[in-house]
Amino acid sequence: MNLNELTISQSLVGLKKKEFSSLELTKACLRQIKNQELKINAFVSITEEKAIEQAKKADLLISKGTNSPLIGVPVSIKDNFCTKNIRTTASSKVLDDFIPPFNATVVKLLEEAGIVMLGKTNLDAWAHGSSTETSDFGSTKNPWNTNFLPGGSSGGAAASVASNETVFAIGSETAGSIRQPASWCGVVGLKPTYGRVSRYGLIAMVSSLDCPGPIAKSVEDCALVLEVLAGKDSLDATTSDRAVPKYSKSLNNSLAGIRIGVSDEYFDGVDEEVNEKIQEAVKILEKLGAKIKKVKLFPPKYAIAVYTILQRSEVSSNLARYDGIRYGKDRSYFGEEAKRRIMLGTYTLSSGYYDQYYNKAQKVRTIIMNDFDKAFKKVDLIVGPTSPSTALPIGSSKNHPMFGEMSDALVEPSTIAGLAGINVPCGFSKQRLPIGLQIFGPQFSEERVLNAAHKYEQTTDWRKYKPSL
Amino acid sequence: MRIDISRISKLANLSLSDEEKGKFEKQLDETIEYIDKLKEIDTMTVDPTSQVTGLENITREDEVKPSLPQEKVLSNSKSTHNGLFKVAAILE
Repeated sequence: MNLNELTISQSLVGLKKKEFSSLELTKACLRQIKNQELKINAFVSITEEKAIEQAKKADLLISKGTNSPLIGVPVSIKDNFCTKNIRTTASSKVLDDFIPPFNATVVKLLEEAGIVMLGKTNLDAWAHGSSTETSDFGSTKNPWNTNFLPGGSSGGAAASVASNETVFAIGSETAGSIRQPASWCGVVGLKPTYGRVSRYGLIAMVSSLDCPGPIAKSVEDCALVLEVLAGKDSLDATTSDRAVPKYSKSLNNSLAGIRIGVSDEYFDGVDEEVNEKIQEAVKILEKLGAKIKKVKLFPPKYAIAVYTILQRSEVSSNLARYDGIRYGKDRSYFGEEAKRRIMLGTYTLSSGYYDQYYNKAQKVRTIIMNDFDKAFKKVDLIVGPTSPSTALPIGSSKNHPMFGEMSDALVEPSTIAGLAGINVPCGFSKQRLPIGLQIFGPQFSEERVLNAAHKYEQTTDWRKYKPSL
Repeated sequence: MRIDISRISKLANLSLSDEEKGKFEKQLDETIEYIDKLKEIDTMTVDPTSQVTGLENITREDEVKPSLPQEKVLSNSKSTHNGLFKVAAILE
């Protein structure tokens, strides 16, 4: 096994036992990046020098017996997190030459935990989309088959993990941007509860929904990263001061008696192959002791409409700041997708339409939240497909003004309610493209979500399959 | 046609080509048709939710803390003057 194929937990064990150094691990990842980038295009910037420097520093600390939880482990960071003195573009030409003078809180926490930063990964420009095709730096390709999309917006992050260019990745999700690319690339992606992880320094898209989270090779790895990222941040007033559990300690709890809901509404229009694999996954969860119950949920199609209005509106407001005066380039550098979204959002917020659209969407949001509250009185978790399909071919998003909303239909409702959810691989299609199971629960139910995902993952062998690059 | 594209692009401070205007007009119309589905839902007695955290009145101590040095703040700007951002005149 090559070092770059390791998970976080395996890396930490090997580093501690001095089986290899962080420098060797880092160089293995950098080598894989060099070998694969022409095919995959997961990165916007590669920070080789910084990585080598951080790895050497980590090795020194390891030799002194440090307790830093992620010491010496290489990571890729989505390029919408501000990184001090390192170009941060959000995959838009508007920020082509933007060098942030500060770190996002997530980056600061990771550095304190001892990580090695390999580079910044590609996304749909401004995270607008579910394909990475709207990136101003070219689309990322799916490592399982480079004629297919990786999903998005954290497509570069998911592809960098699936292709073993990194040990793990940091992505962000507004509605599906972690879970959907994780599903299409066959890796694990965790979307924490809104407010569990600080948004400070994450380039804002939909401020009432944005949420950073890990994309990794195992559920345990996601738990380890969340332990580092979660918590109150004085720089983000929406973060919660609830205690942060040791998520990695409860992964092996029994699922006996856990009530898992399945909703018919989440299988509407889902590919037959995806449907089959999800049904098999539900049977495995049942064998593990979970009680499977039918639940009726508000139809996702309304959540798509709510999300579209909230997204376009908040985008038009958040992107209003880009005027090329303090940093970045002027508004003529916006790509087509950003312009289209700003236009609709400006319309839905404009005088005479605010009540009809934005306010109406916020009211339906209340209905969706109440609907979940009701459902979570009957069940502890809900499972379903993460995406209605496997990865779609390159080019699929072109000329579909709502491509993203449609491919994220099944994760949008939980996002709108700020819930915690995960994607875990659950099989492959005949074309050998990955299929993903989503498991989500109430706000702050990460322990339960990770526990169920881990038990499922460990009972199956899907994580052992790797793309042949 | 529901959207006055020229008016909205002015509000959004975006200059669009005629080709873009035509394309967006059609696409935005399709999207509006989709989001109009929400009209099917009765929200007469429902309050809006603007955020999901349940947190209210989050404040902090009003203390002076170090901030970024001036040259750092100005380092990404293409147009500065005497330690300030320089902008085009907006008043006649």
